[in-house]
Amino acid sequence: MSTAIAPELELQVQASRAALDAHVREIIQWHFNPDTGCPFWLDWAKNAGWDPRKEVHCYADLDKFGNFEDDWLRGGPVRRWVPKAYADKPVYVFETGGSTGVPKSRVQINDFRIDYEMFSNTLPDEAFPRGSDWLMLGPSGPRRLRLAVEHLAQHRGGISFCVDLDPRWVIKLIKRGEIREAELYKQHCIDQALTILRANKVECMFTTPKLLEALCEKINLAKYGMKGVFCGGTEMTPQFHRFAVEELLGPDVYFAPTYGNTLMGLATHRAPAKEDNWAIIYYPPAPRAVLEVVHPDRTGELVPYGGTGRVRLTTLTKETFIPRFLERDECEREAPCAQYPWDGVRNVRPFSRFQKSVVEGVY
Amino acid sequence: MVHIPILRQGKPYKSMDVTKAFHYRTGEQLAEISQANIGLIRRDLLRQGEMHAILQGFTTRELIGMAKKAAKHFAEDGLPLGDSMQSPDEIVKQITGTTGSPNVMVRRNMEKVRGVLDSMETVLAGLTRLPDLDMLDRGHGDIGGRALSFFPRGHSMGVILPSNSPGVHSLWAPAIAFKIPLILKPGGSEPWTPYRIVQAYIKAGVPAEVFGYYSTNHGGGGEILRQTGRGMLFGDVGAAKAWAGDPRIEIHGPGYSKIVLADEGAKNWEKYLDLMADSIAQNSGRSCVNCSSIWTTANAKEIAEALAERFAKIAPRAEDDPEAAVAPFASPDIARRISAMIDAEMEGVEDLVEKKRGTPRVAEKDGCTYVLPAIVQCAKEHALANREFLFPYASVVQVNAEELPDCLGPTLVCSAITSDKALQQRLLASNHIGRLNFGPISTMKISWDQPHEGNLFDHLYARRAFQSVLESVA
Repeated sequence: MSTAIAPELELQVQASRAALDAHVREIIQWHFNPDTGCPFWLDWAKNAGWDPRKEVHCYADLDKFGNFEDDWLRGGPVRRWVPKAYADKPVYVFETGGSTGVPKSRVQINDFRIDYEMFSNTLPDEAFPRGSDWLMLGPSGPRRLRLAVEHLAQHRGGISFCVDLDPRWVIKLIKRGEIREAELYKQHCIDQALTILRANKVECMFTTPKLLEALCEKINLAKYGMKGVFCGGTEMTPQFHRFAVEELLGPDVYFAPTYGNTLMGLATHRAPAKEDNWAIIYYPPAPRAVLEVVHPDRTGELVPYGGTGRVRLTTLTKETFIPRFLERDECEREAPCAQYPWDGVRNVRPFSRFQKSVVEGVY
Repeated sequence: MVHIPILRQGKPYKSMDVTKAFHYRTGEQLAEISQANIGLIRRDLLRQGEMHAILQGFTTRELIGMAKKAAKHFAEDGLPLGDSMQSPDEIVKQITGTTGSPNVMVRRNMEKVRGVLDSMETVLAGLTRLPDLDMLDRGHGDIGGRALSFFPRGHSMGVILPSNSPGVHSLWAPAIAFKIPLILKPGGSEPWTPYRIVQAYIKAGVPAEVFGYYSTNHGGGGEILRQTGRGMLFGDVGAAKAWAGDPRIEIHGPGYSKIVLADEGAKNWEKYLDLMADSIAQNSGRSCVNCSSIWTTANAKEIAEALAERFAKIAPRAEDDPEAAVAPFASPDIARRISAMIDAEMEGVEDLVEKKRGTPRVAEKDGCTYVLPAIVQCAKEHALANREFLFPYASVVQVNAEELPDCLGPTLVCSAITSDKALQQRLLASNHIGRLNFGPISTMKISWDQPHEGNLFDHLYARRAFQSVLESVA
């Protein structure tokens, strides 16, 4: 585990920090300009008693906002999040959560395309061949992931085949203890996937850990011609990582674990190295999103490299500004690397203080 | 550092995910235990059919012979434990270390396991009641000219094991002789005994491929029960409730075992004081077959006072003291919570042992926390009348003979000391009693030719109608 920034990376890290600071200034100017910002943040600034455009000069200055409250994203009106500059653009609303209670919503115009095009650049072409078709074996409905994967496939010249999957229903079944029904629903999703795979040459797919396991109980993906699997949506442990590579997929299918959500976008994994011992290490798409690992009680304080803490997200796009959002996850803080000269996160898992209340379904 | 691997069809597998087991008193780490992810378990269980087919290649006699050899290996030999070897003395220390159970109790439980392996023929005869065990190989036969046929209800048995009572392992161990592969989830604090039983069987010649050993989380345990054809679950009231109603699963929850004294039995209660004390306190009161209440038609006060007098002498002792009669709790919090639960319901009654002892029920010695025995005398309606706790506890309840056995409720083992024929008949007719002893028999006493709790053979096999005129087919 890297517990310090390697000396040869110092210059790269400094450059990325400078780029982040410049990006923060640009984003703050955008979101708090009455001509371009969204009603929510413009109203917020009116009541805050300070002008972010004057007082935020770098990333560290975002601490002045305090922690973002996730309840602000629940309910409506959702239009308060649409930046005035984009008022006449086609707007998508993506939801996260919602199996019980009100989901959180994020409006987007083009962010999901930008995020997934950036992610596309990290995928090896030999494992995710350009022009090949994809299977999206993940959540449907008001989820960003469904459209994002379709865009990823199209961006790379392929078609994305999708299934019907309502993850909220699965979580409700599990919470009610109806495990058998949840299992049947999972098989229903797998059946849809098998129908697609039997009729089409599909070489790439997105799926969740549980659905990958379930699909691999039915077929050998390598024999079906699958070359690359991009996996995410729920926690992945080092043991799952190893199990997926060694047993579910084998040597001929590339495994790309990811960490992401509707609010952040997509963090890509660093290429696995033997010394990582199957740890999954992710780096956020800086400067559009920043992941930090903070002390669970003193959430303004970063833990040292290698230390364990709670994940804190800051999203900085022209469509969305979310400063200092405390995720329901914990992990170890990972030092920058040559490919990603900014902080990463290692072995993300549900925040242990909340663990009892977290129910993960198929997604 | 001892590492206890997962066994995947007998093959050791070291997981990236491990838990640690610590000594209950010193805090020293005693083992690192590989944890299985759910997908891995599910994937392995896709091969239950192959595992089952392997055991079909042996005769019951051969497997009984292997069980007998395994008994010796288990009790006397060095056996693999991960990458190291484990001697019989080492396992005693290890079990004591992670459960707190004194050496003397661990040895007693190990002897129980050895006994069932060594007596496998008697056990199988008792469970099946077949005059000829070769019928198990043929799958059919006849008794007194009446055709009989059996078929396995599943390809394997999943067993979710407890952390607090190594003696229960004797219940599932016969499955191998019944040609049913075992998928085991050991208890977090007691991974030792099931691993050693598997190794003893393997050394005795049973193919390693018929064993799965998966330390895993709650979800993994559920997956084992869902994916295996038959299951056995040891757990508390909550765990038992979650699986109640699933006929594939044999549930071993609290036993609420009882001693009933009526007419002459109640009159001559002093003769049975040793029996009552042993039934309550053996194994530190942690077994489902420990007596947790005494129902008597007379002399309840005297019985309760006499038991209290005796139990007041029980004090914490060192783990290697052969006189140790009570086990400490690996978690002091649990000890305090259990004691507090009793205090919260003590309305109108008192803990007679605590009163005689003059010191609190929760005791500390050498950094360990104990719950010392408790006896209450109460009415049958009292909240403490029919309860079970993880330490030597019993209520003494006086009732009229006519109220028996309806007032008893679910009872795993009932030892009834009475010459009242009508009461005996009512006890025989009761559908609440799992094992019925007539006469002065400890609730803890196990007879290998008697089903203990549920019948493993009936659980693993079903009967079918069968007729055969094979010569006409030829």
